[in-house]
Amino acid sequence: MRVICNGSEQDLADGATVQNLIEQLELEPRGLAVAVNDALVPKTRWSLAVLFAGDRVTVIRAAQGG
Amino acid sequence: MSTFQNVLDVMDWDQISQAIASKTIHDVDRALGRRSQLDVDDFMALVSPAATTRLEAMASLSRELTMRRFGKTAQLYIPIYLSNECTNQCVYCGFSAENEIARKTLTANEMIQEAELVRSWGFEHVLLVTGEDARQVDVDYLVSAVELLRPIFAQISLEVQPLSVADYQRLLVAGATAVYVYQETYHQSVYKNYHKKGKKAIFDWRLETPDRLGEAGMRKIGLGCLIGLEDWRTDSVFLATHLRYLEKKYWRTRFSVAFPRLRPHTGEFEPKNPQSEKELAQLIWAYRIFDPDLELSLSTRESADFRDSILGLGITHLSAASRTDPGGYTTTDHSLEQFSINDDRSANEVAQAIRAKGYEPVWKDWDAVLES
Amino acid sequence: MKPLIIAGHSFNSRLFLGSGKFSSPQAMLDAMNASETEMITVALRRVDLQGKSDPMLEALKNFKGQLLPNTSGVRDAKEAVFAAQMAREALGTRWLKLEIHPDPRWLLPDPIETLKACEILAKEGFIILPYIQADPVLCKRLEEAGAAAVMPLGAPIGSNQGLQTRAMLEIIIAQSRVPVVVDAGIGAPSHACEAMEMGADAVLVNTAIAVAGSPAIMGRCFRDAVSAGRDAYESGLPARHAQSAEASSPLTAFLDKL
Ligand code: SF4
Repeated sequence: MRVICNGSEQDLADGATVQNLIEQLELEPRGLAVAVNDALVPKTRWSLAVLFAGDRVTVIRAAQGG
Repeated sequence: MSTFQNVLDVMDWDQISQAIASKTIHDVDRALGRRSQLDVDDFMALVSPAATTRLEAMASLSRELTMRRFGKTAQLYIPIYLSNECTNQCVYCGFSAENEIARKTLTANEMIQEAELVRSWGFEHVLLVTGEDARQVDVDYLVSAVELLRPIFAQISLEVQPLSVADYQRLLVAGATAVYVYQETYHQSVYKNYHKKGKKAIFDWRLETPDRLGEAGMRKIGLGCLIGLEDWRTDSVFLATHLRYLEKKYWRTRFSVAFPRLRPHTGEFEPKNPQSEKELAQLIWAYRIFDPDLELSLSTRESADFRDSILGLGITHLSAASRTDPGGYTTTDHSLEQFSINDDRSANEVAQAIRAKGYEPVWKDWDAVLES
Repeated sequence: MKPLIIAGHSFNSRLFLGSGKFSSPQAMLDAMNASETEMITVALRRVDLQGKSDPMLEALKNFKGQLLPNTSGVRDAKEAVFAAQMAREALGTRWLKLEIHPDPRWLLPDPIETLKACEILAKEGFIILPYIQADPVLCKRLEEAGAAAVMPLGAPIGSNQGLQTRAMLEIIIAQSRVPVVVDAGIGAPSHACEAMEMGADAVLVNTAIAVAGSPAIMGRCFRDAVSAGRDAYESGLPARHAQSAEASSPLTAFLDKL
């Protein structure tokens, strides 16, 4: 199954969750916010949020800026 | 809804009196030279005894600010008393319920007669005045009065009993544009001594009236203290605080301040804290400097000389040719008067005096053509 | 200097610092410490999937004050609401600098979308500080919509032109019921001082500190300018010109004749 994460394609096992994606990307979860198809998925629900082929996942964190 | 009561709760009358007394000439000069908007602390300096040596500077700044905002004009209006019925007992008022006087409430016909007469003198802005007797004069009566007179005048203001937000909205729809409601005094603990019975005895109900007017979207709200009851300096600082609160909260509304002054030895209620004309001038200038956009209005309680002299120095609105009894313009018997007037010139004479000073008398405030 | 209160929170510093454009994390840290700021704005960015967290943000880990995430990069209210929710999730804060600039060149804020977004976000419990034109009516509308403060611009962002909008800022300060933070255009400590003397509640500075030869020294200069201006305002500035002597009294003469 393929999803688009921050503009690049990611291969995931069928039934994978947001939690699985973050782990696969080896991202430090602290300070992240994740949206699937432009809807926020709170951290507490990452392990419940199952992804489907073609989903657009946005992962952001704070950075320097005025 | 949070109201001015929340602000008043943390204000202390005696503390403010002391703060005013301790203002120095430096505080006054600093207020006069402020680059930004003045705050209530500056206003305290301007009404303080220390400022009495700076009256010339205050007059000159007040004149400049008034000219800049209002030009060389003076707005004229006339009160029409609709009723002298009153269930309240205010110790200073001729209409007080305990006074055994003839009571009268104008009928629709009588209203029209009064209105057409004052219209023929030139007035296009009328102030409808009543006492407070909800059985005789309820909101239905007021709404029909406004509807009835609206075709005759460009502008209708009201000085009637405090009402609810919904009632004010009805009056607004009927065509009223301004409501004047004077707190008389902000000294809460002695308020009851002057207002012994009736709905007016309830301090909070009256105090929160401007909030209700703002909430209702009234175009203009008039404030005032009855000068002579309590120390005018302290009362005016409360009023200035009230004004600033209202201006910031109801920023679509215009505001006006009046200076009803109980004059000593007029055979009426003897004021405990009389104010001299010099002090009245200081107060007018303090308000102007505190708030350059504020409408300042002076009634015929004051003398022709004082009114003519102070015009252009801060005052923007003058009543003229007033009678303070219901039916007073069309009858010759004035036994029903609320208070006796001092400037008894005709509308024409007042207008001429204004022109003689190089000012333009303006008979209406604004046109309602563009309002729905 | 009285503390600054926004939405019930108290701050001892009236200088907000933008975290963009610094040459290194260390330069930003130095400026942060020297300026004694208690409010630093941060942006939201998509995570770089090649790993590596933002070193700049690592540097902010020990910051004791309030991080103020902004919505820069969004072009309308809908995007702003989404960005706000993401910011709250990422940083665990309800604080938000709401900025919507559809125009990529001047980064001028869109008043209509900003008001719309403010109405929605206030209902969702955000503490909103909108970045806007120095428009007094807009400020009142935002205040009614639930903004916790307003951030009118002094001049186009990054222009270092100072308080070009001075006349409008004066009106905004005079009638606001929420704190007024002058944002954008402040290019020198004297500009910041001037804003504070006028009665602004705080200023936000970024470029002028970030691109200075020494951000640390410039941070300190701004700290001093802001507190000098505020103290001057609070203690009451003297008259612009001395009161003229009262030799003649033409305007008050009538009072003696009455
Ligand atoms: S002041 Fe008003 S309320 Fe009081 S007695 Fe007179 S008319 Fe009635």
